[in-house]
Parts: sequence; structure tokens; C-alpha cells
Amino acid sequence: MCLGVPMKIVEVKGDSALCEFSGSKREVSLKLLPEAKVGDYVIVHAGFAIQKLDEKDALETLKMLQEAGII
Amino acid sequence: MKFVDEFRDSTVIRELVEKLQNFSFATPVNIMEVCGTHTVSIHRFGLHRVLPENVKHVSGPGCPVCVTPNEYLDMAIALARMEGFVITTFGDMMRVPGSRSSLEKENASGADIRVVYSPMDALKMAENEKDRTFVFLAVGFETTAPGIAATVKEAKKLGLKNFYILPGNKTMPQALKALIDDPEVKIDGFLLPGHVSTIVGSNEYRFIPEDYGIPCAVSGFEPADILMGFISILRQIKEGKPSVENTYLRSVRPEGNIVAKAIMKEVFVPCDSEWRGIGVIPDSGLDLAPDYMDFDIRRKVEIEIEEPVEYPGCRCGEVLKGLVLPPECPLFGKVCTPENPVGACMVSSEGSCSAYYKYG
Ligand code: SF4
Repeated sequence: MCLGVPMKIVEVKGDSALCEFSGSKREVSLKLLPEAKVGDYVIVHAGFAIQKLDEKDALETLKMLQEAGII
Repeated sequence: MKFVDEFRDSTVIRELVEKLQNFSFATPVNIMEVCGTHTVSIHRFGLHRVLPENVKHVSGPGCPVCVTPNEYLDMAIALARMEGFVITTFGDMMRVPGSRSSLEKENASGADIRVVYSPMDALKMAENEKDRTFVFLAVGFETTAPGIAATVKEAKKLGLKNFYILPGNKTMPQALKALIDDPEVKIDGFLLPGHVSTIVGSNEYRFIPEDYGIPCAVSGFEPADILMGFISILRQIKEGKPSVENTYLRSVRPEGNIVAKAIMKEVFVPCDSEWRGIGVIPDSGLDLAPDYMDFDIRRKVEIEIEEPVEYPGCRCGEVLKGLVLPPECPLFGKVCTPENPVGACMVSSEGSCSAYYKYG
């Protein structure tokens, strides 16, 4: 139930946004993430954006975790 | 697909599996994951099979549908039978057997039960059909609770008089504490849920290493994320330095989502809550705060139910505590299958029994 999908914000209208995920679009509430802007990638869960995704790809995450001695 | 493909990259995964298999342990190590989405990912990609010898993965009470007690379902069913009532729910709840029926069966016999993607969809329906009473089944952990809180807040703003919830949300940190305090349960490391943690923040679990000396890693859901989480836990065990490490940097911040936490705090108050198979855990549930109490359907109508009963022989409780693996249940795959589920761990696609049945 806690699955969230990364979606890209294409339009913001008040406290909701039009988001896109592999071709399909849907309206998402920004009530939990008021600072989100057009172009941001957000995690969407049950119709709400819950966090903005940091632009870190897998290789970069790996490198950071390795440097920090975590993995 | 951005933010997905890189975490399924085979070179990255091979490198991580190699790293994981470099660990060796002379005595058994149990790693528990407490998130239905982790359960499914781990089984789907076979990640439990690449763990080094003596390291075992168990699923804990991380599937919200699985831990929802029969009593809650029985109440939802009783409400569905009331004249003029519409039950709105996340789809996962439909097939879960209550004591004597399920929402799906009630729907087939004429009750108005509607599956929604978001609690806001339920609110919109209530706005459009003022002559009916809408009840949203508020289940789920901290990932789901803030959205429900925001919806209740909106209902109050709109002055809606036909929208209610049946409170049943649960919170994860209290459940983890209860599990650790259970003398039967022996966990050497926790793989913490990515999206619950996105809301609550990684700091919320610091009591686990600090008070109990148990290593933790917050992890995302792609194979690379989960492998990174496993490696972090095993490394902490080896070094004897337990902490809460965050391997899901792109989504989880130490403080979590402050706006979401504030909305949750405004609308909900902690309450004792029953977890299927585990029992009542103090302060592990969410009830509506005094300002929002009018949206609790239990305050509007008297819900009468018969004494809840469990299916005899179902070992969901032990499965949810990680004490037995699903195949150890005598009903697994025989009496109990995803087509004909007996217990909640089989009916929910995120349940441990269902993941074992589907993927092994
Ligand atoms: S296999 Fe079925 S009966 Fe056995 S524990 Fe799992 S859900 Fe319960």
C-alpha cells in the first residue's frame, strides 16, 4: 500500500498539479508538498505528492554511500 | 524511465550482490523488513536468495491490510449494510476476509462499495452526492495517513456533512518497539520502509540502535536500493556499530516531510491500536483529534458487530512477527491460496504468504 511512483510535474494549479508518469497523466494534490514546482520529480502516493526526489542516480548514490562507508 | 531504470541496472546489481556475498556469519542473522512493497520486491527479484549463508530475511507487520484486525473489517461490513451508506476504500481491502464476510461479497449482494485511488476521490463523490453518507476506510501507515488527514481537513473546510472516516491508521515506530520488546522475536537488523520514512524521517528510528543496539537501514524499493540496505545492515553488525543509515537518499530526509507531519498532528491523535496477530500496541494507532472528531463515523452511528472470529489454523500472527515463514503454515498452498485466501497475509498482494506463493 505504500508504493509510490515517481512522476514529473507538468502544470501547477493552486494546491494541485498535473503529473506525468510514462505517458499517463493525473491530477495530484500538493497539500503535503506545497513547495513543489513544474519540472520537479515527486513521489506520488494515493493521489498526494509526498516528497520531491533528489536528482541522484543509482551510480551517484552508490558512490556517496561508498564514500561514507555505508556499503 | 527516470529514477527507475538506473536502480535496475544489471552491472550495479551484480556489483552489489558480490559485495553482499563477501559477508560471512558463523551464527544466524535475521533481517526483518517491515514494508509490503519491500516484501513484494524482495520475492519478485529473488533477493532473499542472494543473501550470504546464515542470513535470513523475514517480513514483519509491514502490510497494512494484513495487520488490520477482523473487528475493523466487520465494522466496515456492518456500515456497508446500512441504508444510504457508501463505503469508499483502497482496492486492497476488498477481498480481505472479515469474520463472516468480505467487502467484495457485500458488494456482490448489493452494498454500495467503491474502490478509490485517493481519499480525495471519496471526498469528491460525497460532494456530488449529498443524499448519501460516505465512509472512507482509513487504513495504512504514515505514508497514507497524511493524505487522509489532509482530506478530512478539506472536508471540514467545505463543511461537508456526509463524509466520514472509519479510523484505522497505524504508525510504524511504535510497532517496531513492541516487536523488539517481544521476547519471542529475535531480529538482528531492520530494513526500514522507504515511504513511511519519507514522511516520518530517518531520525524517528534512532531509538532502535540507541536503546536496543539493533542496526537499521532505510531503503528504497528497487533491487539496487534493497541490496544497499542489506549491505549496510550486515556491515553495521560486523563492525558492532548500530545506527540508522539512509540508503534512500533521493527521497528520505532525516526530519521527514515536515508539512505532512504537521497536518497529521493537527488532525490525528495517537491511540492504542490492535494489530492482527500481534495484539494491542499502545499509541500505535491514529484517532481523530477533538477538532475533527465529528468526522469519525463511530460517533455518528452505533456499529453493532458480532464477536470477531479468526480462521482456525491460520498462522498469520506468527508470520507477521517473523516467527515462521509462510510455507511452515499447514494451510499454505493447500487450503489457503491467493484465489481462495484464508488469512490476510494471503489475500493482500503485499502479504508475505502471497509473495511466497507467487514467487517462492
Ligand atoms: S498461508 Fe494462509 S492460513 Fe497460513 S498464515 Fe498465511 S494467510 Fe494464514
